[in-house]
Amino acid sequence: MSEAERADLLLQIYYYMRLTRAMEDRTRTLFLQGRIVGGVYTAQGHEATTVGAAMTLRDGDCIVPQHRDLGMHLVRGVSPRAVMCQWLARGNAPTLGRDGQLHIGDMHQGVVPMISMLGESLPVACGVALVMKMRRRSTVVLASCGDGATSTGAFHEALNFAAVQRLPVVFLIENNGYAYSTPNARQFAIEQLAQRAVAYGMPGESVDGNDVLAVMEAVERAVAHARSGRGPALVECRTFRVRGHSEADKADYVPPALREEWLARDPIKRFEGYLTAQGLLSAERRREIEARVRAVVDDAVAFAEASPPPDPATVADYVFAPDGPIAIVGEPGATDPRYVNALDTRTGRPFCTMSQVEEAVTQL
Amino acid sequence: MTAVTYLEAISQAIREEMRRDESVFLLGEDVGTYGGAFKVSAGFLEEFGPERVIDTPMSETAIIGSAVGAALMGMRPIAEMQYIDFITCGFDQIVNMACKMYWRSGIPLPLVIRGPAGGGTHGGPFHSASPEAWFFHTPGIKVVMPATTYDAKGLLKAAIRDNNPVLYLEHKLLYRLPELREELPSEDYIVPLGKAIIRRRGRHMTMLTYGAMVHQCLKAAEQLASEDGLAVEVVDLRSLTPLDRQTIKESVMRTNKVLIVHEDTLTGGVGAELAALLAEELFDYLDGPIMRVAAPDAPYPYAPPLEMAYLPGVERIVAVARQLAAY
Repeated sequence: MSEAERADLLLQIYYYMRLTRAMEDRTRTLFLQGRIVGGVYTAQGHEATTVGAAMTLRDGDCIVPQHRDLGMHLVRGVSPRAVMCQWLARGNAPTLGRDGQLHIGDMHQGVVPMISMLGESLPVACGVALVMKMRRRSTVVLASCGDGATSTGAFHEALNFAAVQRLPVVFLIENNGYAYSTPNARQFAIEQLAQRAVAYGMPGESVDGNDVLAVMEAVERAVAHARSGRGPALVECRTFRVRGHSEADKADYVPPALREEWLARDPIKRFEGYLTAQGLLSAERRREIEARVRAVVDDAVAFAEASPPPDPATVADYVFAPDGPIAIVGEPGATDPRYVNALDTRTGRPFCTMSQVEEAVTQL
Repeated sequence: MTAVTYLEAISQAIREEMRRDESVFLLGEDVGTYGGAFKVSAGFLEEFGPERVIDTPMSETAIIGSAVGAALMGMRPIAEMQYIDFITCGFDQIVNMACKMYWRSGIPLPLVIRGPAGGGTHGGPFHSASPEAWFFHTPGIKVVMPATTYDAKGLLKAAIRDNNPVLYLEHKLLYRLPELREELPSEDYIVPLGKAIIRRRGRHMTMLTYGAMVHQCLKAAEQLASEDGLAVEVVDLRSLTPLDRQTIKESVMRTNKVLIVHEDTLTGGVGAELAALLAEELFDYLDGPIMRVAAPDAPYPYAPPLEMAYLPGVERIVAVARQLAAY
């Protein structure tokens, strides 16, 4: 990688971290204004983990995100407009208003839709990886979960199955100290969650989840391992959720000093310091990026607010998929409209319409 | 051509679909080297290799979850539950992950979950379940229960080709019953999901049933014909979801009396929904109460006398049918 390419990559990372934070900040404002009907779950403090991990992926790779993984969605090309439509329960949201928050996904973009039963997405990640292995693709799945989800049976079944089948999956644990209000000490009795990897026969490491470059390096190692056919790997990112489980949670179970300690380690400020010291982030460049981020968020909110709510007459629709041939995602013909999974049969539109408007981030 | 068993028909359906379509594959406990606990997949590993006949760890959540992931990629996985009772261990993957996937994401999920269900083999409370009502109640999954060898093959082929999650419940008592041996067509055929079939015509009452109980009802109908001169119509539902409301209603409109028979427990069972449907829509056509014969509200027992008392048999069906006929 040339110096100019590296500079460009680092600024892209910074852009996505800022965009993730800005999207969530705006969502919080919308929530306080009563414009969001359900709960709001943000991930302030996780930006280095989610953006850093997703930046290691290539075309054809998949992510299996959880509820605090907006950064991953954005890096993988999910449109801020789609996210805002989802949060504001609009009729053209990816779930057509049937579900909220980050419960969105599109296999054509390599994003598996999550469900609220955390940990349950991990066996699904194994199935996606199983197909990649069958197709000899050398693509990988990045599947994330929190510290709380590591207590579920699904987590253990998935890791064990992936290891036995040598599936190309990277399990990313975002250990943010608390599962809702339950601290690590009441969730597991080991030193580091990366130790879990040993029991399943896969490499595991634990990194500072607030250091985006350290996250990238660790996830890159894990991805390389998975991509080379040697099976799954695990990365634990130690981070912190500096806000509550949801915006309805004041998180007064967190000792104030602990929160202060982590606020001082804010991943965006840290990375900003690094970029400035490296001479890559001038005041002018920083203002440019800020303006770009604000424009994208403003556009997403305006688009969502101009979008109509779902039609109540459709409440019992789309329970079953129609008949017709289904193509293999990623294989020739998968985007052929004659296949039922090329177009969203609920709307008749291609799945990715809402991401078409995105700017090329490399223009920064 | 030789007559095959119900189990061989299931095996043929999977093998033929795997030959026809490379996206079909099988995964489950002991399905590979051993050929499955009941030998449904005997010989499959040799023919299709370990990537399409996957021996899994003892992990129903991983089996069903992986099948969901593979289906999201456009494959058509068949997940075997060694005994259908164990489906509870993968319940969340079905009701929260699979059943809601198309509805909320628009991505079709062509997935079959199949396994041996039903009692009569002294399996006891953990190897005999009739779990259909749990899933009959859940939108987003089709539920199929074949009663004959012809249907076992045709319905399974239709299930594999369907673009939705399908729960295919095989009655293990029927697996090797000699009287169910049948010569099957040599050409490819399917039995469409959502179509009931009238197994026996009659004008005095309709028996609505499915699965192994179809045969009990047919025997009961035979006895009622010879001993009471009653002509009983027996409707085999074949698919519970989608439910063939039209065939059900047409039959009841002709006979004006209805007896619902299922092996699953009574309260909140499929029969309750059928009864409600008929009460709501065909009240004027009914010449008697809608009656039900089902298992008592208790788990499947193990000891033969208990199991005999538990399973709806010809004697109980005949007795209740006589009450209804006399009404």
